[in-house]
Amino acid sequence: MSAHGSILYLDSVSVSFDGFKALNNLSLILQPGEMRAIIGPNGAGKTTMMDVITGKTRPDTGDVIFDSNHDLIQMDEAAIAELGIGRKFQKPTVFEHHTVEDNLYLSLKGGRGVFFALLADKTKEISERIESLFETIRLGSLRHELAGNLSHGQKQWLEIGMLLAQDPKLLLVDEPVAGMTDAETVETANLLREINKTHSVVVVEHDMTFVRDLDVKVTVLHEGSVLADGPLDKVSADERVIEVYLGR
Amino acid sequence: MISKFILRGLDGRLTAFLIAALAYVVLIAIGNLFIPEGSFLHVPTYAVSLMGKYLCYALLALSVDLVWGFAGVLSLGHGAFFALGGYAMGMYLMRQIGTRGVYADPTLPDFMVFLNYKELPWFWYGFDMFWFAAIMVVLAPATLAFVFGWLAFRSRVTGVYLSIITQAMTFALLLAFFRNDMGFGGNNGLTDFKDILGFDIQSDGTRMGLFAASALALCLGLIICKAVVASKLGKVLVAVRDAESRTRFLGYRVEHYKLFVWTLSAALAGIAGALYVPQVGIINPGEFAPANSIEMVIWVAVGGRGTLYGPILGAILVNGAKTYFTGAIPEIWLFALGALFVGVTLFLPKGVLGLYGMLRQRFEKTRAPRETKRTADPVSQPSEAE
Ligand SMILES: Nc1ncnc2c1ncn2[C@@H]1O[C@H](COP(=O)(O)OP(=O)(O)O)[C@@H](O)[C@H]1O
Ligand SMILES: [Mg+2]
Repeated sequence: MSAHGSILYLDSVSVSFDGFKALNNLSLILQPGEMRAIIGPNGAGKTTMMDVITGKTRPDTGDVIFDSNHDLIQMDEAAIAELGIGRKFQKPTVFEHHTVEDNLYLSLKGGRGVFFALLADKTKEISERIESLFETIRLGSLRHELAGNLSHGQKQWLEIGMLLAQDPKLLLVDEPVAGMTDAETVETANLLREINKTHSVVVVEHDMTFVRDLDVKVTVLHEGSVLADGPLDKVSADERVIEVYLGR
Repeated sequence: MISKFILRGLDGRLTAFLIAALAYVVLIAIGNLFIPEGSFLHVPTYAVSLMGKYLCYALLALSVDLVWGFAGVLSLGHGAFFALGGYAMGMYLMRQIGTRGVYADPTLPDFMVFLNYKELPWFWYGFDMFWFAAIMVVLAPATLAFVFGWLAFRSRVTGVYLSIITQAMTFALLLAFFRNDMGFGGNNGLTDFKDILGFDIQSDGTRMGLFAASALALCLGLIICKAVVASKLGKVLVAVRDAESRTRFLGYRVEHYKLFVWTLSAALAGIAGALYVPQVGIINPGEFAPANSIEMVIWVAVGGRGTLYGPILGAILVNGAKTYFTGAIPEIWLFALGALFVGVTLFLPKGVLGLYGMLRQRFEKTRAPRETKRTADPVSQPSEAE
C-alpha cells in the first residue's frame, strides 16, 4: 500500500491508553471521492481513529497521511481542519449559546485569524452560502433559535450543516443517526450520499439499516484493528464478524 | 474600517448608557463646582473622588467580564494588571514632586534618597513625561498579560488550573513589590503626590477632571468591549467558552483568540488602575493582594457575568455597600461580602442584571401569554461556571 493518490492513508497506527491498546496496528486507505462506513462493537476504537486523524490524539506509532502527502501526525487540530478535514462528533456538539445561523456562520470556510475575525463582515455572499446550507439541512425556520434549544436529531443535522459549511475535502462523521427517528435516519443516509457526490466521507455507525442504505464499502473494526472489509453482505457473512459483532 | 468596527457595537442600549453617563457627569460637575457649599444640592469633593474610584472599579470589572464572561477564562489575578497600571501612573506622579519632597532632590523620589540610591534606576527613566507614563500604563500590564497568556494558553492550561496560576502571578508580584530593592517604594508604595499635568492634585477642579476622565475611560472601554463582543471574534470567543475543542476542530486557533482578549482586558485593567491612583492618592503592593482579585470576580458575578453592563453595576453596588459597611459596622463587611457571593451564586446565577431580564420576561409573558418568547441573544449567559 502506498499513500500516493489516496485521500486518507493510515498505516500501522497504534494508540494505547495506560497500556490498553485502543488502536492496534490499524491500517486503512480511502480513495478520493469514496465513502466508507466503519462499523464495529463499542470500544472497537472507531472514535479513537477519528481522534488520531483530527489531531486530538497523537498515535504511539504509525503514519497518518492526508491527500497523498500531508503528514497529519505533526499537526494540531486547527491546522488539520484548515487542510480540509471536518468532523462531526459522536455526541452532537454545537455552540449552544449561539443561534443556529451563527453556528453555520462560524463554521463557514474562510479566514480564521484573530484580526480577520475582528473586522469581518457578514457579506451578502456569506448570507447566500448560509441560505444554501439551510436548503440542504432544512433548519431555516429555526435560524434564530439558540442551538441549545434544538432537539437531538436537529442538533445532528446542524452539525452536519456545520461540517458542510467548512467545505472540507474529507468528512469524518461519527454516529450521525444516534437518537434519530426512522424517517430522519433515512433522510440522513440520503443527505450523506448527496454530500458524497462532492466530498470523501468516513461514516461510523451502529445502525445496520442505515449502513445498508448508504450502500458503500464497509470496514469492520475490532479491538483496534481491521477485522474485515468489503460490501456489507460479504462482511456480514464473515464468521469472525458474526462472532464479535453481529451475533452478540 | 475602525469607525465601522466601533459602530457595530453601538446599539440603542449603549447609546442610552452613554447619554446617561454624560448627564451624570454634567450633573455632578454642576453640583460640585457651581452649587455653593452648604446647599442641599452641593456635591462635596470627597464624594466626587469616591464616585471616581467606583468608576475605575467598574472599568476593572468590565475587563474581568470580557475574559470571564465571553471567553470563559476566569482570572483570579486581574488585580496585578490594575496595580501595574497604577504603579506606572504613580511613578509619573512621584517624578512630578521634584524638589517639593522632604529631601528636595530634583530627580530622586524621597524613598530613594532615604534608601541611599545614588541615581535613578533605569526603569524610572521617562516617567517624568506624561505621554511616556501613559504608554506604560497600557504597555506594562499588556506585556505581562501577553507573555503570561502566551505560555498558559499555548500549553492549554484551562479552568481551575488557569485560575490558580493567575492567582499565583499576582501573589508573586505582591511579594516582589514588597521588597525595598525592587525600586518601587517597597511596603509604603508611592504616595504624597503633588500635581498631575501641572494641576494641583488636591484641587476641586482636578478632582472633578479625574472623575470625568474615569467616566470617559469607562465609556470608551464599554464601547470597545461591545464592539469586540459584537464582532465575529466575539462570537468565536463565546464558542470557545462553551465548546473549546469543537472550536479548534473548526480550524480556529483558540490560543490566539484567548491571547488577544486577555491582553486587551489587561490593558483596560491597567487604565483603570492609572485613573484610580491619583484619586486615592497612593499605590502600594497591597493592590496585588490575591483577595482583591477575588473581589473583582464577585463584582462581576453579582452584576451578571457575560453582560458587560452587569459588572459595571456590580462593581458600583458592591463597593457602595463596602463603603457603607466599613464605615458603619466594619466587623460585618467580610461576612456580608461572603454572604453576598454565596447568595448570588445560589439564587441569582445570572446576577442582578439576570434578575432584571427574568422579571421582564415574566412580565411580558403575562401580558402576551400565547406569544412564544424567543429572544436569541448571542451573548447570553454561560450556563455553567468555568
Ligand atoms: N482518552 C482515553 N483514555 C483512556 N481510554 C480511552 C480514551 N479514549 C478511548 N479510550 C478507550 O479506548 C477504547 C476505544 O474507544 P472508542 O474509540 O471511543 O470506541 P468506539 O468509538 O469504537 O466505541 C475504549 O475501550 C475506550 O474506553
Ligand atoms: Mg465512538
